[in-house]
Amino acid sequence: MTTPTVLVSGTDARRWMLLGALSLLLAALVLFMRDLEPLFRDAFPDLDTPVYVRETFLQLTLDHIVLVLVSSAISVSVGVAAAVFVTRRMGREFEPLVSALSAIGQTFPPAAVLAIVVPLAGFGFTPTIVALTLYGLLPVVQNTIAGLGTVPPAALEAARGTGMSRWQILFRVELPLAMRVIIAGVRVSVIINIGTATIGSTVGAKSLGTPIIAGLVGDNIAYVIQGAVVVGLLAIVTDLAFERLERRFTFGAQAGGGAGA
Amino acid sequence: MPDTSPEDGAEGGGRIVANRVLMTLLVAGLLGVVLLPFASMAPNRLVSGQPVGLLEALLPWQWGALLVLAGTMTLAALRRPLARTPARLLVLAAALPFLLLVMYGGGDYATRAVAEAGSPAARVSLGAAFWILVFAPVLVALDAFLRLNAGMPAKIGYTLLMAGGVAALFWAGVFHDLSIMREYLNQRDVFAAQLLAHLGLVSAALVPTLLIGLPLGLLVRRKAKARGPLFGLLNFFQTIPSIALFGLLVAPLSALGEAVPVLGAMGVSGIGAAPAIIALILYSLLPVVRNTYAGFAGVPASTIEAARGMGLTRRQVLWQVEVPLALPVILSGLRIVTVQAIGLTVVAALIGAGGLGTFIFQGLGQYAIDLVLLGAIPTIVLAVAADFFLQILVTLSKPEGSA
Repeated sequence: MTTPTVLVSGTDARRWMLLGALSLLLAALVLFMRDLEPLFRDAFPDLDTPVYVRETFLQLTLDHIVLVLVSSAISVSVGVAAAVFVTRRMGREFEPLVSALSAIGQTFPPAAVLAIVVPLAGFGFTPTIVALTLYGLLPVVQNTIAGLGTVPPAALEAARGTGMSRWQILFRVELPLAMRVIIAGVRVSVIINIGTATIGSTVGAKSLGTPIIAGLVGDNIAYVIQGAVVVGLLAIVTDLAFERLERRFTFGAQAGGGAGA
Repeated sequence: MPDTSPEDGAEGGGRIVANRVLMTLLVAGLLGVVLLPFASMAPNRLVSGQPVGLLEALLPWQWGALLVLAGTMTLAALRRPLARTPARLLVLAAALPFLLLVMYGGGDYATRAVAEAGSPAARVSLGAAFWILVFAPVLVALDAFLRLNAGMPAKIGYTLLMAGGVAALFWAGVFHDLSIMREYLNQRDVFAAQLLAHLGLVSAALVPTLLIGLPLGLLVRRKAKARGPLFGLLNFFQTIPSIALFGLLVAPLSALGEAVPVLGAMGVSGIGAAPAIIALILYSLLPVVRNTYAGFAGVPASTIEAARGMGLTRRQVLWQVEVPLALPVILSGLRIVTVQAIGLTVVAALIGAGGLGTFIFQGLGQYAIDLVLLGAIPTIVLAVAADFFLQILVTLSKPEGSA
C-alpha cells in the first residue's frame, strides 16, 4: 500500500484530496458493489453468489452509520456534560473517581462489553446502541476532563476580569480552548464504535459486519472482502475527517500535538 | 497529580455529608437493591428465570451483616464523628468484607435454591443487584484510595487481598451451583484449552511485535523523515475495524497456504491462528513504535552528553543511560498493546483462531447467556489483571526520584 504514506507527510491540500478521493471510492463501492460481480466471479469462480445481495450495501452502510451516529451523539452529549460537571466546583469531588473509572473502563474489551450488555438487554438494534453508547462515553469523558484541564489559568483569570459569567467562560473560553482534545476523544470513541458496530451483527444488529459474518459462516470469502473493504474505508474516511476537524481547532501553542490525548 | 485533596472547597461548608462520592455510591447501591433482582431462578434451562430479591435470596444474618457494613460506610461518609483519615480507613476495612459477603451470599443462595428445587436441572443466575453490590465496594475502595493518596504498595496489597478473597471463595466451591459455573464444569477441559489458546495468541503476537517495534522505534528516532509515513501507515491499521482486518487477511493467507504447500502444512491458512496473529501484530505495532520513539526522545540531550563526557561508548550510553530512562514509556506502550490484544483476540474466534471468544460467539448463536459470560468475564478479568500488573511494572521501572 502506498497511499497511507500521504496520510501524515502530505500537505493540507493533499490530505483534503486524499479524504475526497477515499470518500468517492467509498461512495462508489457502496452504490455499485453489485456491478463488480464479474470481477468477483473471476476471482472466486467456485462461488455461486460472488456478491452479497441479501441487503444492498447502501442499506447496510446506512444501518451502520445510524448505529454509530446515534450512540456517538448520546456518548458525546452525556460524556461532555459529565466531564463539565466534575470540573466545576460543585462536582469536583467526583473528578478523581470519574477519571479513574473512565481509564479502567477502557481496559474492558469492547467486544466483551457488547457480548454482556446486549443479551441482558435483549438482542437487536437498541441494545447494541446501549453497548456502543456506554463504551463510547469513556474516551469522551477522559479527553474532555483532560482538555478542560489544559486551559491556562491566566485565560480564565482574564475572562473573569472582563466580567464574563461562569456559563460564558465555559462556552466562550474553556470549551473552545479544550476543543481539540475533546475532538480527539470523540475521534477515538467513534472509531471504536465503527469497529464494535461491525461485531454488532453477531448480536442481531444489521451493519457492515453482516456480510463479513455471513461470509465467514458460509465460507464465502468474497462476502468477507466486500464487507471488510467497505467498513475499513468507512473507518479510514471518518478518521481522516476527524483529523481535518482537529486541525481546525489547533492553536499555535498546541501545534506540537499529543498533549493530554 | 493535581487532585491531592478532591474535597477541598466542597468540604468547607457546614454540610452533614463530608464525602458526597461515597454517599452517592451508597445511595445508588441501595436503589439498585430495591429496584433490581439479586438473582434469577429457573426450574430448568428451557424456562426463563424468575427474579429473586435480595431479602428473599440471602439469609437474615447475611443481609443483616451487609446492612451493618453499609451502615458503617454511611457513617464514614458523614462529617462527624470521624476525622478524614480514620473514616477512609474504616471504609477500606468495610468494603472488603462487604464484597466477599455479597459474593458468598450469591453462591450460597444458588446452593440452597438448587437443593430446595431438588433437581440438578435448576438454574440460578445472578441479577443486576448482585453486580451492583459487587462493583459498589470496589468503587468505594477506589475512591478511598484516591482520597488517601496512598502509595502503590498499599493499593497493590489491598487489590491482591480482594482478588485473593474472591479466589478463595472460588476455591472453596461456593459458586458451584450457579449456572455459569455449571457451564464451566461442563466445559472444564475446553475452557482450559481456549484460555491457553487465548494467551497463546496474545503472546504469539506480542513477541514479534516487540522484535519489530522496538528497533523501528529506535530507527524513526534517528531518521526523522521516516517518522510521519510510518506512523501514518501504522495508524491506518489501527483504524480498520478488527473483524475487517481479520477478514481481509483470510483471503491472501488461504491463497498462500494453498500455493505454498510447505506453509500450508505449517498451519498457514485463511482460517485459524495465522491471520489472527498477523492482524494482532499490525494492531500492536503503533503503540509500541510510538512509545519506544517517545521514550528515547524524552531522554534529555544533556544527560547523553554528560554520559559521553564520562567516557562511555555509544553502546554503553544506549544500554546504561538511554534504555533505563526510556523504559517506563516503552513499558506503558506494552501495557496498552497487551490489554488491546487480549480484547481483540476475542474477535479472532470468528475466524476460527479459538480463544475465549469462542464461548462468546457460540453463546450468542445459541442464546445461551451463561456461555457468553463464560467467555466474556474471564476476558475482562484477564485484561484488567494484565493492565494492573503492567502498571506495577511501569511504576517499578521509573527511576527513583521521578514521579
